[in-house]
Amino acid sequence: MYAFDFEKPTSLNEAVTALQTEEAMPLGGGQTLIPSLKQRLAAPSKLVSLRGVDEIRGICRDDAGRICIGGGTTHAEVAAGVPEYPALAALAANIGDPAVRNRGTIGGSLANNDPSACYPAAALASGATIVTNTREIAADDYFEGMFMTALEEGEIITEVRFPVPEKAHYEKFEQPASRFALVGVFVAKFADGVRVAVTGASEEGVFRWSEAEAALASDFTPEAVQGLSVPAEGMIGDLHGSPEYRAHLVGVMTRRAVAAAG
Amino acid sequence: MTKVSMTVNGEAAEGEAEGRTLLVEFLREELGLTGTHVGCDTSQCGACVVHVDGRAVKACTMFALEAEGAEVRTIEGMANADGSLNVVQQAFQDHHGLQCGFCTPGMVMSAAALLDETPRPSEAEIRDYLEGNICRCTGYHNIVKAVLAASGQDAERIAAE
Ligand SMILES: Cc1cc2nc3c(=O)[nH]c(=O)nc-3n(C[C@H](O)[C@H](O)[C@H](O)COP(=O)(O)OP(=O)(O)OC[C@H]3O[C@@H](n4cnc5c(N)ncnc54)[C@H](O)[C@@H]3O)c2cc1C
Ligand code: FES
Ligand code: FES
Repeated sequence: MYAFDFEKPTSLNEAVTALQTEEAMPLGGGQTLIPSLKQRLAAPSKLVSLRGVDEIRGICRDDAGRICIGGGTTHAEVAAGVPEYPALAALAANIGDPAVRNRGTIGGSLANNDPSACYPAAALASGATIVTNTREIAADDYFEGMFMTALEEGEIITEVRFPVPEKAHYEKFEQPASRFALVGVFVAKFADGVRVAVTGASEEGVFRWSEAEAALASDFTPEAVQGLSVPAEGMIGDLHGSPEYRAHLVGVMTRRAVAAAG
Repeated sequence: MTKVSMTVNGEAAEGEAEGRTLLVEFLREELGLTGTHVGCDTSQCGACVVHVDGRAVKACTMFALEAEGAEVRTIEGMANADGSLNVVQQAFQDHHGLQCGFCTPGMVMSAAALLDETPRPSEAEIRDYLEGNICRCTGYHNIVKAVLAASGQDAERIAAE
């Protein structure tokens, strides 16, 4: 690791100010950033730890019935703290391993937007709103491709607001060595439609499978998507799976997710 | 260098750390507590697991400065007050839950964290909780037995696969 300065502010204002230094970066749980620093893939001048900023941690409900999760809330806290949205709780409970879940945060996961990460699928399928220190961003406008998001330099995810679907499920085909999703599909059925978000598969990162959404809107059963498939073109190919294999898994995971959502 | 202080195994500990000093480096090199191991240094193996404010964390993936003011517990703090092995450690010995012993500090710390959360875990819960702790020797079976035994359950009932 290259050397950097370290700051641990206790308020959001202080954190925003601390991040104005050139090449400063926020530090969430460090479960992605610390390994990147070790590999010298990142060389910040300063890390601003968000761990001491209590106002961006914790879970509450807003007047619209949405679950509002502070950007600095850990995966373990989400797993235990959203009983009215079991699919989201189960997703958080299945990220990595217990030690990763005790440090890693929802804000860090969404800011990083790893193409195989779990939370991006939940945010996109739920139609969540990503709230930062300056604005609100709809999930549909937030993800901009592998490791790319709408966030500006120094912008902090302070909260993520999740509408609660009538039925939902996240089906993850786990890559056993990394524990990330080889392919993961989150389906969410709302009164006014169905949203299907796919992670782990595309070279463009998380995406909505609109064909499946249309089919499921009129018939929310695994059979409704039985005949559908995504093209292998544009899917990730690596030593864990070919593009064709991943494309196939998208269909299988979608059907399993619908069946499990009930 | 910045001064950092925390409580380690119930005692006040103080030392110097850079921003980039990992908690595991601070424990091993500054405090001389070499029971916490570094296996992979890439957050994969769990040999470095310690408890910070009662929660299992990978000490290779946390900075020492983040532990300012925290309660840290390492394998050196696990034995009973009279120096005898605690119930988890004793169960690992009784059930041959270790061979080379390299993964054992992390295994014991993870197992202890599991038993704090779930006093009588099932075999499946044990295997799931220890997912981030890798052992190259035992094949895990005797580790699972040890954790069952440490929680007062019958360890012999699980069949070798
Ligand atoms: C062994 C292992 C297994 C894992 N398995 C999975 C898995 O199965 N599924 C999965 O989804 N993930 C997995 N992860 C990744 C894990 O979920 C990370 O916690 C997450 O990707 C990053 O969150 P963090 O809080 O640790 O962020 P950090 O590592 O601290 O930061 C990541 C990036 O986000 C930025 N950032 C952090 N917080 C904020 C914020 N509030 N606002 C704006 N920017 C911010 C940082 O500057 C950095 O660029 C795994 C990680 C490990 C080590
Ligand atoms: S040394 Fe920390 S996880 Fe392997
Ligand atoms: S006992 Fe040797 S690695 Fe586990």
